[in-house]
Amino acid sequence: MASKAVESSIATIPRAKGFKVSLYRRAMSAFAWLFVVFSFVFLAAMFISIVGDVVIHAWPALTPKLLTDITNGIGGGLKNAIEGSIVMSVGALLLAAPIGISAGIYLSEHGQGGAGKMLRFLSDVLVGIPSIVLGYVGYITMVIYLGWQFSVAAGIITLTVMLLPYIARSTELAMANIPLAVREAGYGLGAGEGRVALQILLPGAAPAIMTGLFYAVALSMGETAPLLYTAGWSNYMWNGQFTKEPIGYLTYVIWTFINEPFAESHMLAFAAAFLITGGVLILILAGRWLLIRGQRRMGVYQG
Amino acid sequence: MKIPVFRVGLIVTASFLPLSLIALIVFLVIYSWPAIQFNQLHFLWTNDWNLGNLYGNPVDVRGAQIMPGAKYGIWFLVVGTIVGSMLAMLMAMPVAIGAAYFLSEGVRRSWAGPLSLFVDLLAAIPSVVYGLWGYALLVPLFGQTIFPFMAKTFSLVPFLGGDPGSGYGLLTSAFVLAVMIIPLISATLRESIQMTEPALKEAGLSLGLNRLEVFWHITLPKLKTVLIGVGILALGRALGETMAVLMVSGNALNYLPNNIYAPISTMAAFIASQLDSALQDPTNMAVEALSEIALVLLLITVVVNFAARLLLWMARVR
Repeated sequence: MASKAVESSIATIPRAKGFKVSLYRRAMSAFAWLFVVFSFVFLAAMFISIVGDVVIHAWPALTPKLLTDITNGIGGGLKNAIEGSIVMSVGALLLAAPIGISAGIYLSEHGQGGAGKMLRFLSDVLVGIPSIVLGYVGYITMVIYLGWQFSVAAGIITLTVMLLPYIARSTELAMANIPLAVREAGYGLGAGEGRVALQILLPGAAPAIMTGLFYAVALSMGETAPLLYTAGWSNYMWNGQFTKEPIGYLTYVIWTFINEPFAESHMLAFAAAFLITGGVLILILAGRWLLIRGQRRMGVYQG
Repeated sequence: MKIPVFRVGLIVTASFLPLSLIALIVFLVIYSWPAIQFNQLHFLWTNDWNLGNLYGNPVDVRGAQIMPGAKYGIWFLVVGTIVGSMLAMLMAMPVAIGAAYFLSEGVRRSWAGPLSLFVDLLAAIPSVVYGLWGYALLVPLFGQTIFPFMAKTFSLVPFLGGDPGSGYGLLTSAFVLAVMIIPLISATLRESIQMTEPALKEAGLSLGLNRLEVFWHITLPKLKTVLIGVGILALGRALGETMAVLMVSGNALNYLPNNIYAPISTMAAFIASQLDSALQDPTNMAVEALSEIALVLLLITVVVNFAARLLLWMARVR
């Protein structure tokens, strides 16, 4: 009863004059709100437009032939390119993951000093280097100077250099989220530095590190520029040679076959784009799902 | 003294990172040294890329063997790279800020997660797919409908009027680049908006500002350093983007754009498209000149990234 009386008495107080929102302010707010909504809708529209464009064009080309045939000059299937993309990504991951993860451990466990800061800074700068420059350096060092020619090894090593800083930084972040008390507990029980890092911290950080690795694979699958001059291109299946043997990969199909004048080539390019985009998006989503599942199962450290 | 094996191992593997950065620069300098000596500094601001007569006999010019008539000047690439990225930044910044606000404060928390997936996944799409999208959808759309309309409407505005071109060109590449870098800017900005102290926002609200005014007058000025840092970072990304630009820029040669519809080329796209023809040069000078372009691009992006990271570190964003 009483509260109602108070409310009604408040409502009857005439509004103070100074509190009127001017028309200008209201118009500006409305305009700003419109712009904010527009910018999100724009981004969502771009995403749907890219994915939709690829799916619509690729749909007629998605036949079993893609998986069973190899490419020829203007068409065919994508068997060799799919194999090549997987070989390169897995190869780069196998090389980059151990180095990147231990660099990440170093950064998070001993990276407080000047050397660590320097390393962190340089790896951030390394992330920003254009991938075509990496590809060109790969070309002049491995393809020409070492005489490997266009080869699997040159492509994999170039991709590795590209992935290293990503993996190192995501590992560092994952490890740094584990509270100090966990390390102290480990040392208190008499574990050495290596045992604490590998058997206590690493399992705890595993979901987040795995997410980083998934991102890295997605990144390496979608790259074209560093591979153009290192891996070359081949219409045939990979014969297991690491040097002197070029290899096909999906992103190359996209950018060369779309420039051919034939409808069949265009369809193949879109089919390759469909596979790559699908693969990358699935990897990213799987990485996120893994992180959420891991956190739900093992709980999140309260920092 | 006991050697800490584990730690030494970590240090050795971790040093791969800086070593690879140094190796990149060293190898490029060594390989392009003949070209640097031959071209000297006016390489950067002369506008003449010409491989010369590839069927002639090599001649000696200034102590280097080159094909007759060969000249290497990349002013058109410098202009194309910088103008294209700047234009992309100009388009990307407002939209990125808007989207960051929308996802961090504009919608309720439970919606923000799923909706932000659009933006995050946009960042993950490979650049060659962006290029394909630009080539198959944007170029016909822009070239046949939007550019002629814009050129007619703004015929008196400098750089906006004039020949609307074919759809391949500066504005198309800048648009594709903008769509590529918006998610990058937006993601970092979103994080730092959420990290701003709530007390600041509450103070603004209690003074009678609405949420958008709080964002514009209080949060955004507070995030000025972050904004600049992230902007420069995205600029570095746009400068080095290869495949998407290659497929929509029109690959101009020795041509300076006179309006925003004109074809351009960028350093990264030029390196990717020209190696095949450079390999025809028996003196190898063309390949070395390309590697000089790569070196210039590398140095530009290193400087840009250095500046951006420094700013972000000062602003305490990881």
